[in-house]
Amino acid sequence: MSRTLETAAQPADLKRVVIEPVTRVEGHGKVTILLDEANRIHQVRLHIVEFRGFEKFIQGRPYWEVPVMVQRLCGICPVSHHLAAGKAVDMLVGARKLTPPAEKLRRLLHVGQMLQSHALHFFHLSSPDLLFGFDSDVASRNVVGVIAAHPELAVQGVKLRKYGQEVIRHITGKRVHGVAAIPGGMNKALKLEERDLMLRDIGQVIEWSLAAVALSRQVFEASEEHRHHFGVFPSSFLSLAGPAGELEFYDGALRARDAQGTAIFDQVDYTHYNRFIREEVKPWSYMKFPFIISEGSENGWYRVGPLARVNNCDSITTPLAEAERRSFREAAGGGMQHASLAYHWARMIEMLHAAEEIERLLNDPDILGTDLVTRGERALEGIGVIEAPRGTLFHHYRINEHDVIEKANLIVSTTNNNQAMNEAVRQVAARYLDGKTLTEGLLNHIEVAIRAYDPCLSCATHALGRMPLQVELVDSEGRLLDRLVKDSDGGLSCGES
Amino acid sequence: MGAVVFGYGNPSRGDDALGPRLLERAAAWLSDRPDLDVATVADFQLQIEHALDLKDRNLALFVDADAACTGAYAFAAVGPARDASYSTHELSPGSVLQVFRTVEGQAPPPAYVLSVRGERFDLGQPLSPPAEAHLEAAWTFLRGLLEDPRPSAWTAKLG
Repeated sequence: MSRTLETAAQPADLKRVVIEPVTRVEGHGKVTILLDEANRIHQVRLHIVEFRGFEKFIQGRPYWEVPVMVQRLCGICPVSHHLAAGKAVDMLVGARKLTPPAEKLRRLLHVGQMLQSHALHFFHLSSPDLLFGFDSDVASRNVVGVIAAHPELAVQGVKLRKYGQEVIRHITGKRVHGVAAIPGGMNKALKLEERDLMLRDIGQVIEWSLAAVALSRQVFEASEEHRHHFGVFPSSFLSLAGPAGELEFYDGALRARDAQGTAIFDQVDYTHYNRFIREEVKPWSYMKFPFIISEGSENGWYRVGPLARVNNCDSITTPLAEAERRSFREAAGGGMQHASLAYHWARMIEMLHAAEEIERLLNDPDILGTDLVTRGERALEGIGVIEAPRGTLFHHYRINEHDVIEKANLIVSTTNNNQAMNEAVRQVAARYLDGKTLTEGLLNHIEVAIRAYDPCLSCATHALGRMPLQVELVDSEGRLLDRLVKDSDGGLSCGES
Repeated sequence: MGAVVFGYGNPSRGDDALGPRLLERAAAWLSDRPDLDVATVADFQLQIEHALDLKDRNLALFVDADAACTGAYAFAAVGPARDASYSTHELSPGSVLQVFRTVEGQAPPPAYVLSVRGERFDLGQPLSPPAEAHLEAAWTFLRGLLEDPRPSAWTAKLG
């Protein structure tokens, strides 16, 4: 876990390659690569220039407004922010333990979000890489062959996504900007006809999810390069886990394991997270770098998200996903899987679990319950932690005696993966770019590595007309030597502006 | 068969609210005119599932903020396109139409984009004063479209 290539010894003597923004990743990601005259890499950094202003957006607001307004932090996973905020606000009103119907409705909402988010990533976000390949010609043909055998993929992706969104709509009342979690519980009960409507299609959703696991595994295992080289590096992993060590998305306790799978800590109450995790600021990045305190800032970084969760857990509570988890671990020799591209396989195992969990929850009589709100002893500090689709998400608020939020701290999934994505970019750059002429195809290797983590960088701002990709080659004196632009239609142009 | 209007953007990110704000006005205006068959869809951004909102529609309009728009607003036709946005967290209108073609196996309805100039997109900020003015100008134009939701009428308004 060294920081090789993070900082060059003599950066002033190097020329600079800038990739900005990273396509197929939300927002303003930028990769800078410093090369010497022989095109050898001396420094690689992933810069992320969003995520400013989250805390300021929340501070000064009454706490009960926050679960609704934080949905506007991110248009990709508003439900994740809504639920993390909801849990933090529960603590403010003394409701750490919700009524069974309220907790199960929140869990149903959460797995609905997990299903639609994971479906989007695999079937559409990753499909261009899987369809056209990013490696050698032989590997491309193998991958194309896999996809060609499944022409129905695009349709399934849309319908799985739609199903997850319908789960969200039934619980929140609206497609977007709905209200579900309120302080101490849930806003409305689920109707019988809504439950039955969701149950009608869940069998098909599970079937498609199971097939997606098989396909993601096939794609991963078909390539020696994917399994053993591309973005493969040892790391620690952080996630929530249930009391028996089971995969847990909504609640549970914090668990961290090192690269060999040995526990660093386990069953840590997440409200004590800041005794175990600290954030480091680096002068070259707007985004903080979280690390496990006991491991130190140099070695304490970790990965979160599907790979971390499936690596970290001891079991999955639904049978089909548990069988797939066992296969996943066996493929890694029973140890931890460290390949970045294994994220896709782990993501599909989680999607299968989400689908099975939706069915289980819909068949639980509590899901139609109407006892939805509880209260307890009021507190001035609230902490909510969930597993969002992209990884562990922390919301931490402190309120004053007027119920106004005075201080807020958010650690979002992409921040948790900040160092890991930097490691992936460095590893891939060092393996595939060093000493070679720069091409769009080679640069796409870097983007593929970043996309495996599915970072969400924009948090829901957009405007037509922005350039999705810009590559600049600048010498040590700041002169633009070359430029590669991928415009919004996907067309490439090059040369100086 | 009828028209569908998508208004998208983040209501809490300054001028990104132009799309949803215009859609709110359209929905309120349409609620008093039940004879007009026009559906409205609001969201943070376009995604693959919006292709399903095009089903059984004969006309589609995408309303969005646009930092590159030179006037207060611009109106243009759009067709299906597998562009670079195809696999992002946010699709272009052309990509949504392309997904419809893939999923439904048929041509999407005639579609248009109403782009409204936005300048500031910071979290927690209201519409900028210029965007407020652009909103009014765009609403006058949008109302004209809604009054006659036919492809030939909308095509006649292309610049």
